[in-house]
Amino acid sequence: MDSLIAPFLNGTADGALLLIAALGLALTFGQMGVINMAHGEFLLAGAVCAFWTQQVVASTDVSILVALPVAFVVAGLLGLVLEATILQWMYDRPLDTLLATVGVSLALQQIFLQNYPSGVPVEKPSLLDGQIDVLGYAWPLRQVFTIVLAVACLAALGALLKYSSFGRRIRATVQNRALAETLGVATRSVDRMTFFIGSGLAGIGGVAASLIGGTNSQMGTRYIILAFLVVVAGGLGQLRGTVIAAWTVGVVTAYLADWTTGSLAQVITFVLVVVFLQVRPNGLFTVRTRGLA
Amino acid sequence: MSTPTDVESPFLPVAATPTDRRRLPRSSPRLSRDTVSLIGIGVFAVLMLLVAPAVLSDFRLNNLGKYACWAMVAVGIGLAWGRGGMLVLGQGVYFALGAYAMAMHLTLETAGPDAIPVFMILYDPLAPLPGFWEPFRSGAFTLLAVVGAPVLLAGTLGYAIFKRRVKGAYFAILSQALAVALAYLIGGTIKLTGGDTGLSDFKYFFGYDLSDPINKRMIYSITAGLLVLCLLVVWQLYRSRFGELLVATRDAEERVRFLGHDPANIKLVAYVTAAVMASIGGALFVPIAGIISPKEIGAAASIFLIAGAAFGGRATLFGPVLGALLLGYGRSSLSEQWENGWIYVLALMFILVTLLAPEGVASIPRRAAGLLGSLRRPTESRPPRNTAAKETKS
Amino acid sequence: MTGQDYVEVQGLTVDFDGFKANEEVDVTFLQGRIHFLIGPNGAGKTTLVDALTGLVKGTGRARYGNLDLLSLKSHQISRAGVGRTFQTATVFEELSVLQNLDIAGGVHRKAWGMLRARKGIPDYVQEAMETVGLADLRDRPAGVLAHGQKQWLEIGMLLVQDAKVMFLDETVAGMSHEERDETGELLRRIAPSRTIVVIEHDMDFVRNHADFVTVLHAGKVLAEGSVADIQGNPRVQEVYLGRNIEEVSHE
Repeated sequence: MDSLIAPFLNGTADGALLLIAALGLALTFGQMGVINMAHGEFLLAGAVCAFWTQQVVASTDVSILVALPVAFVVAGLLGLVLEATILQWMYDRPLDTLLATVGVSLALQQIFLQNYPSGVPVEKPSLLDGQIDVLGYAWPLRQVFTIVLAVACLAALGALLKYSSFGRRIRATVQNRALAETLGVATRSVDRMTFFIGSGLAGIGGVAASLIGGTNSQMGTRYIILAFLVVVAGGLGQLRGTVIAAWTVGVVTAYLADWTTGSLAQVITFVLVVVFLQVRPNGLFTVRTRGLA
Repeated sequence: MSTPTDVESPFLPVAATPTDRRRLPRSSPRLSRDTVSLIGIGVFAVLMLLVAPAVLSDFRLNNLGKYACWAMVAVGIGLAWGRGGMLVLGQGVYFALGAYAMAMHLTLETAGPDAIPVFMILYDPLAPLPGFWEPFRSGAFTLLAVVGAPVLLAGTLGYAIFKRRVKGAYFAILSQALAVALAYLIGGTIKLTGGDTGLSDFKYFFGYDLSDPINKRMIYSITAGLLVLCLLVVWQLYRSRFGELLVATRDAEERVRFLGHDPANIKLVAYVTAAVMASIGGALFVPIAGIISPKEIGAAASIFLIAGAAFGGRATLFGPVLGALLLGYGRSSLSEQWENGWIYVLALMFILVTLLAPEGVASIPRRAAGLLGSLRRPTESRPPRNTAAKETKS
Repeated sequence: MTGQDYVEVQGLTVDFDGFKANEEVDVTFLQGRIHFLIGPNGAGKTTLVDALTGLVKGTGRARYGNLDLLSLKSHQISRAGVGRTFQTATVFEELSVLQNLDIAGGVHRKAWGMLRARKGIPDYVQEAMETVGLADLRDRPAGVLAHGQKQWLEIGMLLVQDAKVMFLDETVAGMSHEERDETGELLRRIAPSRTIVVIEHDMDFVRNHADFVTVLHAGKVLAEGSVADIQGNPRVQEVYLGRNIEEVSHE
């Protein structure tokens, strides 16, 4: 029983982490068409924030709660800087945003590697130190926390997009930039805000990541690729698709890791997602429209 | 855009005499450009094959050989990405195919007949040689694999991807995912592939002692010769109808489809050719560098491979090769003195090139000339490439 | 060309997740007749052409010779002699006029020949270049051509392809009066041996050059006939007039 339950729960937590990373990416890529390869390194920035706040705030329980908004703002600001210095010149060249942010991602990785060659040693909060018993498996509370965090991010983002005037402005800008401008939407500030929120989510994901597993300079690369595949597999601009895809990837990888080895599981998951995209190139959920010539 | 007075009324009978109608004049810019390029390749061949061995020390020449391997990959990237529009972010995969095929052969050759490689003995002295190693005892099989493996993998993968019309960013990320996955796979199978430490300590190369500088010089010559050959291949492809069709597919794939071509096949040819070049580059990298590990094929390495093409000008004939040689040199000399700085330089270069000169450094003089020209003749409007295609009716 | 060529569409329906962009469309396009498709925005004109050229999936039948166009892929349709242009002129901007036309003729070349450089200009390419009046601009990159010239180049590419059926999507939009007239004459010249279908908004152009007009509205055929028939049709007037009122009240 344990061998079936444990991967499911661990995988769900991993999927939740992936979801947080993918949500931010879905916003910047799905809504804005910008491919930010440095998104994964914003996760690292979030992990570093978790580490910093622990240096300032002694209580590990309090520090993690402080770290969440701090990481959101720090990663968000990183995103803003990136948008203002590089991306805003390339909105009509999506592949070039990819290349330029690859450069940014290389640099950020190297900065991380030089400062924290063996990752950031984030102490686990004592409150989250326990386990809860699920059908005989002692499920670490840290994983439950990640899931709660992911659900919260999802709910907040969904509500923001659906109900707030800011969400309406984002959608208007995405659908018809020129029209939105003539209707008085300041599309530039919408762009910046979107980027801030999307990148900030990566920061929150980084805090969660620092609790669950080790951090290293390569973490960003792994997450960006998986998150991107999740966004695409879920269907662009479809939050529910992103959720299902992230969860599936998390759980499947966990089972595969249980049956084979960790690195082989990664490889098989990659291959499975690629195969899935062969079958459904537009992802789980799509809106069919007239073909664009 | 333009008033009809710009040109003579298009439906007046064409004032062409029968003599100048059917033939392309010898002085046509297209032909002469081909010839100039060919001369350029000749000069490059002389420099690489005659001048460099004459003036460089053994050590420097070996380094140049290493850059030439990367340059070979870059030539393929220029074909696939520059001309074909496929952003191949994961060429490390094909580099790895060639490199590991060669490394396995050299490891076995070093171990001697019927013996198993040293690193395997360290883990388990009694383990038999894994089955997939066995054929690499044969040099002929290895050479076949260096060319055949990328054809098979790129062929299958490319077929599946291009038929499903996966392109743009999706293609780029998929190809990068593949490189990362392969690096994981090799890194995680230490007993089978040497894992993260990789394969090294090769003593022989097809019977030649690798510690003898003369033999290393011979390997350099083979590498340089193959690099020139790669250039000749893309030179011919670029001037052929296939080259025109490839550019057409890059710029308007849907349009090509409606002309009755299947763009997937066109892209496949370019992609497979690029994969073979990467594999050959990888194969020669092994005896020159003396080591291959997942570090040379993963995400960062693959990005380094593409950097040369991005830097030099991906759509040009010489841009990728010169860019890659220059970057290779920059990497060695910078990381000798300032190990971590190299990454920052590479990163900054990536950002600046995509931001300021997306068609590579080679395009800067042309762009500057174009800018000057348009200042001088403000009436002649030349629409920028991307916006013109999107231009809609007024 | 022997006999009369035609495309016969029967019961064509294109369904976008419940929204029917085309519903039970019956229409026949005849060789030698310049056939116009008109209708308000969203009437399903372009979708109809998309379905007939394999760009979107449609149900029903579209018979051309002994082929059903709805069951073929885009490039197969093209190889069968059915070509099209797009609303926005899509020529290969970085290639010259000659190269653009040459590519259009490349379908039947052997694979090995593709790897060689072109020597001289094939006769059919030269002929198409002269027909559309771009022979003097042979070595110009297509990207620098004027808007009208790009559209002519597209038509030239269809000629090189030897397309027997041509769907032209808003070809004269954005053209000057002179360019429109010249385009009309060009169509007239190439029409006798081909089936030409033009999607158009510009009513002057329709009046001057149409042999036959089909009016689409809300995905269905509203009326068919000569220009005079259509102009006198009360339902057509209602749709066009009604639409204007709707548009004002919606936007």
